[in-house]
Amino acid sequence: MRWIAVWRRNFLVWRKLFIASVLTNLADPLILLFGLGYGLGALLPSVAGMSYMAFFAAGTLCSATMFTASFESMFSGFSRMHGQKTWDAILYAPLTIDDVVAGEIMWAASKAWLSGATILAVVAVFGLATSPLVVLTLPVAFLVGLAFAAVGMIMTVLAKNWDFFSFYMTLIMTPMTMVSGVFFPAEQLPKPVLAVAQVLPLYHGVELVRPLVAGRLPGNVTLHIAVLLVYAAAGYALTIMFARRRFSI
Amino acid sequence: MSAALRARALRKSYGAQEVVSGLDLEVAPGECFGLLGPNGAGKTTTLRLCLGLSRPDGGEIELLGEPVPARAREARRRIGVVPQFDNLDPDFTVEENLLVFGRYFSMPASAARAKVPSLLDFAGLAGRGDARISALSGGMKRRLTLARALVNDPQLLVLDEPTTGLDPQARHLIWERLRRLTQEGKTLVLTTHFMEEAERLCDRLAIIDRGRLIATGTPRELIAAHIEPQVVEVHGNGFDAWMQHARSLAPRVERAGDTVFVYAADVAPVMADLRGRTDLSYLHRPASLEDVFLKLTGRDLRD
Repeated sequence: MRWIAVWRRNFLVWRKLFIASVLTNLADPLILLFGLGYGLGALLPSVAGMSYMAFFAAGTLCSATMFTASFESMFSGFSRMHGQKTWDAILYAPLTIDDVVAGEIMWAASKAWLSGATILAVVAVFGLATSPLVVLTLPVAFLVGLAFAAVGMIMTVLAKNWDFFSFYMTLIMTPMTMVSGVFFPAEQLPKPVLAVAQVLPLYHGVELVRPLVAGRLPGNVTLHIAVLLVYAAAGYALTIMFARRRFSI
Repeated sequence: MSAALRARALRKSYGAQEVVSGLDLEVAPGECFGLLGPNGAGKTTTLRLCLGLSRPDGGEIELLGEPVPARAREARRRIGVVPQFDNLDPDFTVEENLLVFGRYFSMPASAARAKVPSLLDFAGLAGRGDARISALSGGMKRRLTLARALVNDPQLLVLDEPTTGLDPQARHLIWERLRRLTQEGKTLVLTTHFMEEAERLCDRLAIIDRGRLIATGTPRELIAAHIEPQVVEVHGNGFDAWMQHARSLAPRVERAGDTVFVYAADVAPVMADLRGRTDLSYLHRPASLEDVFLKLTGRDLRD
């Protein structure tokens, strides 16, 4: 539990910049949600048995969580690791690179969870979800955050410079958002594309969150949770491996 | 009493290049120990190995009685580190830097908070607790980094070039603080390439070059053992011709740029020869640690 000191360091910085941080984190997904939701919602009154607005809100909850986890673990993490040398200073204390990486991943997951939770609050306030089941999206958001924080952190400990992240963003995250059922049901995709989507973590997050927003229990719960957990665990293990290579040489 | 730091046959390579090649070091508790060497001699790598931040390819390290790297974490509880380049946390104020660092040592918040005033005082930053890091001068940052290294009340401090890049005023202030710490009984291990710093601060020195230990002892012992006690520096238009002649007057004559260095136990013949010469200027002085350093590591540029 030594990683908590690292988590608290980041929390303390976040608390100082609380308002700006929350606003910038939420502005993007909410603009997209209301812009696209109202616009497309007028054309598509019902998708998969729910209003397009509610359908898209469920997707947004997952994609916003993914983006927050990824940005925090990659851009903010790289700034702390590479620019500010904050990790170097922490390693003089009785902490190891494993503790630092664990603290960073948990922090990015926590911040991502907050994004998901705030979208959930908006969803509830606007009456897009009425069933109490929707509360179960909270643990799912944390799991989605954990998976993307862990994968993003691999990129961070491998990165030589900032440009490195644009490959991951453009070539992986953007297509993943398109095929994972955020904007439209993934089942509409050609079979091979759907098969690819089904091995990606975002798809499984959406599969869990959308039924809960609609007031139903999702199917294949174990499978979806397992995939997210595997991404989190594998991401953590690979991050540790590469981080040790980078720092303990 | 066992050593505060002991390294045996330490080895470390980066790729094909061996940076540390079988180094032995021993630092006694309470002493100020200096690691001297030209750029690229392996000083920083040696410190990183001793702290358990880097894995040696061979050899044994014992730091405050703990085997490193196996139990480096336990050893680092009682150690403070001042790195070569400041890495204070720019997201925090002066005081927050100390508090957050205390947390990395699992210090209770109240204990860390209670230490802050004395640490700020030690750093000459009393009343500046709320200042942002970007508002501090280079000297202030260095002092805060030193204060940060003391947050856990360490037995041993590791300082990598503690005064590089500081002006003389700031340097003297750091020296005074470091002396105060040795008087309190703390063990200091520092690297430097300022001979004056080594001579003033260190009880004992190790000169290393190309990853090897080439001499060790107190500053006085090193001077006595490795160099003639008197030096005459000569420069001016006729120095080239005079240099040939000087070889008959003294046992060791060296040239660096446009200056001739004459080393001897008795420089009377040299001084007699120089008296009355108008084409040469000269300076007679006792041999210093810098002369030893240059003799042992050579006068060639290191980059």
